[in-house]
Amino acid sequence: MFRYYLKLGTLSIRANPMLSALMVAAIAVGIGACMTIFTVRHVMSGNPIESKNDQLYHVQVDNWNPDDPYEEPDGAPVQVTYLDAKALFDAGRAFRQTTSFKTSRVVQPDGDDARPYQEDARATTADFFPMFDVPFLYGAGWDRASDETQDHVVVLSRELNEKLFGGEDSVGRTLMLNDEAYRVSGVLDTWNPVPKYYDVNNNPFEAPARLFLPFSLAIAGSFDNNGNTSCWKPVEEGSGREGFLASECIWIQMWVELQNASARQDYMNFLNAYVEEQKLLGRFPRPLNNHLRTPSEWMKYNEVVDEDVDVLLGLAILFLVVCLLNTIGLLLAKAMRRAKDTSLRRALGASRAELFKQHVIEAGMIGVAGGALGVVMTWFGLRGIESIFIEYEFMQHLVRMDWSMVTLAVVLAIVSALGAALYPTWRTCNITPASYLRLQ
Amino acid sequence: MEFGPIWRAMMRNKGGYLLIALQIAVTMAVMVNAFAIMQERSIKMSRPSGIDDANTFSLVSVGFKPDMDAKTLVQEDLDLLRGLPGVVNAVETNSFPLRQGGWSEGLHREPGVGKSVSSSAIYFVDEHGLDTFALNLVDGQNFTPDQVSWDSDSPDFWPATVIVTQALAEDLFPDHEGSYVGKTFWFNDENPANIVGVVERMQAPWPTWTGVERSMLVPLRRESEFARYVIRTEPGYRDELMVQVEELLSGSNKDRIIRGLGSAEEARKLSYLGDAAMIKILSFIVVLLTAITGLGIVGLASFSVARRTRQIGIRRALGATKPAIIRYFMLENFLVSSVGVVAGGVLAIGLNIVMVQAFALTPLAWYVIPVAMIVLWVVGQAAVAGPARRASAISPAIATRSI
Repeated sequence: MFRYYLKLGTLSIRANPMLSALMVAAIAVGIGACMTIFTVRHVMSGNPIESKNDQLYHVQVDNWNPDDPYEEPDGAPVQVTYLDAKALFDAGRAFRQTTSFKTSRVVQPDGDDARPYQEDARATTADFFPMFDVPFLYGAGWDRASDETQDHVVVLSRELNEKLFGGEDSVGRTLMLNDEAYRVSGVLDTWNPVPKYYDVNNNPFEAPARLFLPFSLAIAGSFDNNGNTSCWKPVEEGSGREGFLASECIWIQMWVELQNASARQDYMNFLNAYVEEQKLLGRFPRPLNNHLRTPSEWMKYNEVVDEDVDVLLGLAILFLVVCLLNTIGLLLAKAMRRAKDTSLRRALGASRAELFKQHVIEAGMIGVAGGALGVVMTWFGLRGIESIFIEYEFMQHLVRMDWSMVTLAVVLAIVSALGAALYPTWRTCNITPASYLRLQ
Repeated sequence: MEFGPIWRAMMRNKGGYLLIALQIAVTMAVMVNAFAIMQERSIKMSRPSGIDDANTFSLVSVGFKPDMDAKTLVQEDLDLLRGLPGVVNAVETNSFPLRQGGWSEGLHREPGVGKSVSSSAIYFVDEHGLDTFALNLVDGQNFTPDQVSWDSDSPDFWPATVIVTQALAEDLFPDHEGSYVGKTFWFNDENPANIVGVVERMQAPWPTWTGVERSMLVPLRRESEFARYVIRTEPGYRDELMVQVEELLSGSNKDRIIRGLGSAEEARKLSYLGDAAMIKILSFIVVLLTAITGLGIVGLASFSVARRTRQIGIRRALGATKPAIIRYFMLENFLVSSVGVVAGGVLAIGLNIVMVQAFALTPLAWYVIPVAMIVLWVVGQAAVAGPARRASAISPAIATRSI
């Protein structure tokens, strides 16, 4: 029977080519609009470190102004001071820990004619690489000892290694940065987490740094912080760099790796004890307000997904609703027009259930066609978004469709088409054959 | 008019008409709210920055050799830049309006570090800042050269004089009337700042900040290997000077690199990229939505004509004129559209209330609703015109046939 209904469906679709095309197009456009926005949202709200989400925690301690919270009503600062970064890192109470900030270095390639250029860098600690499962092509990160000894070691991104060393294994080679010689300890494989979860305070949607070097070295060398610095209390006048490092200004990201719930509890107790101790020294004037947030909690807390995307998604869903209302209307009109055929089938003994099956199969066919075309529309929609954001290069990473999105598009199309077919089919099944057959 | 009979005929087949009315209503709700957002964004994008966007550009010099004499280098660069033909003026500063990165400070009316009463973007400049940014000084005067200091020469970081925007002055002293020149506020417990000038407008570097109109010029020069230059040119000279200046500065000293070359217009465009994209995407959605609804009406009307071929023939045979047939379909559509746009108005306002609460949008302007109603009425009438004309072409002879 199924094949027979498929045949009937094909005939019916062919009998009204314009109308069927309109229905398929309406579903496809509606699905296309929804899925375009949803795909962007899906990428923006992704968690690239899902596998370790229950082990990594971003550290927040509240050293802010007693009269004015960092964020109303009682939000703790989103970064930490150098004082706290150093003390918490040195305590070494977590399985792994890393403190880092965004900086830049001037790369001086070999050769007299080669022009130096600036690259984004991240000053961080040895644990950064194993904590965030950063993939290496050659070599490895530096060891923990280099964090103490301020060694001139550097890890390069794959792209920078290609630019500087033609993609060769450059481990052990020397690289000049700001007139200082660094030893290459490792080269990353392609690594582009979206969002850039390890530092969402300074643009979660940008490529990771191309150079990684020891935090302690960057502090000793007074490397500029290229990320955000916020202060509530003025840095002591004339105290220079030392004064800044001893200030209540926040500018460092701190993450810890804790392997289980009890380790998390222990670390939280440690943080609370640390703040209580600092309170005795006159710091931390606000109530105890420490937080350990997982990467997914942290991205949510920082509202990584732009509100505009949600506005657009809402409107796109309403758009799909209009497209479906359109389809329902057209299916209904078609059903009414075929009332005579249906009556005849009923009179000849087809049960309501059989009629229902026939119409649902027909609607399903329209849904499949609409879904397939909808995937194509989504692809065009994403290309459209990419071209609108042509000046923002990173956009290309936000408009990638994966198989889960393709599947969702097709499923959504079929469900929509079947949903749209319900009312018209119900009306068809309730036709009284006699009223249509007696006319002629 | 035949409202009565048409209405009664429609009531006998409510389902189909209700669907069109509902479709029109949702279309209208989306259309109105999309328009409200587009309007909000385009107002935001058209706010003047206060500087001469068209003739201004910026670049950064980054020294990378240890022990560089930054003070001398910056002064040499500035002398060179200010002497170039086509350059109106140039200044070393930390940022410029809409650059999306900069310095902000909380401000106090009394000495202290308690809750700040206002906040402002900070632009560090010398006495050339006012002219380079082409600001409109509405009160007071520019900095004198002796008011400008180097941070390395003075134990106090904050200078004692500032020039503020009108918006910042009003925010700091909401109850004050008359001139703001001579008023004092505090950066913290030790550093008072005396207002010596007020400019009409100079936006902060962050376009989404609620305090975007609040900024100030601070006469401080910071000794650093990192120096940003902002350069204003004579009209028409910008593009060639951008190339020329980059070459000149790169060549003049091998111990630094020049980067971040870009015009104020480019920075403005990047700042509003998301808003411009919103407007484009929303207009596309509205156009597509109206087209889908229009096509849906055409499809349904065609069906209705086909279904009623015989009745139309009978009406024609009984003396109805062609215009009478056309009028029938047009009126029918008008009635459905009317129900749709009235429901749409309610839906649009409801959706707007939800969006205002959830996304802090500006509530929509009242006139958008009647305008959208008229647009949808016109779309409906245009969509039904074709099928209606076809209906009127049905021959009265149909009535005599029995299908």
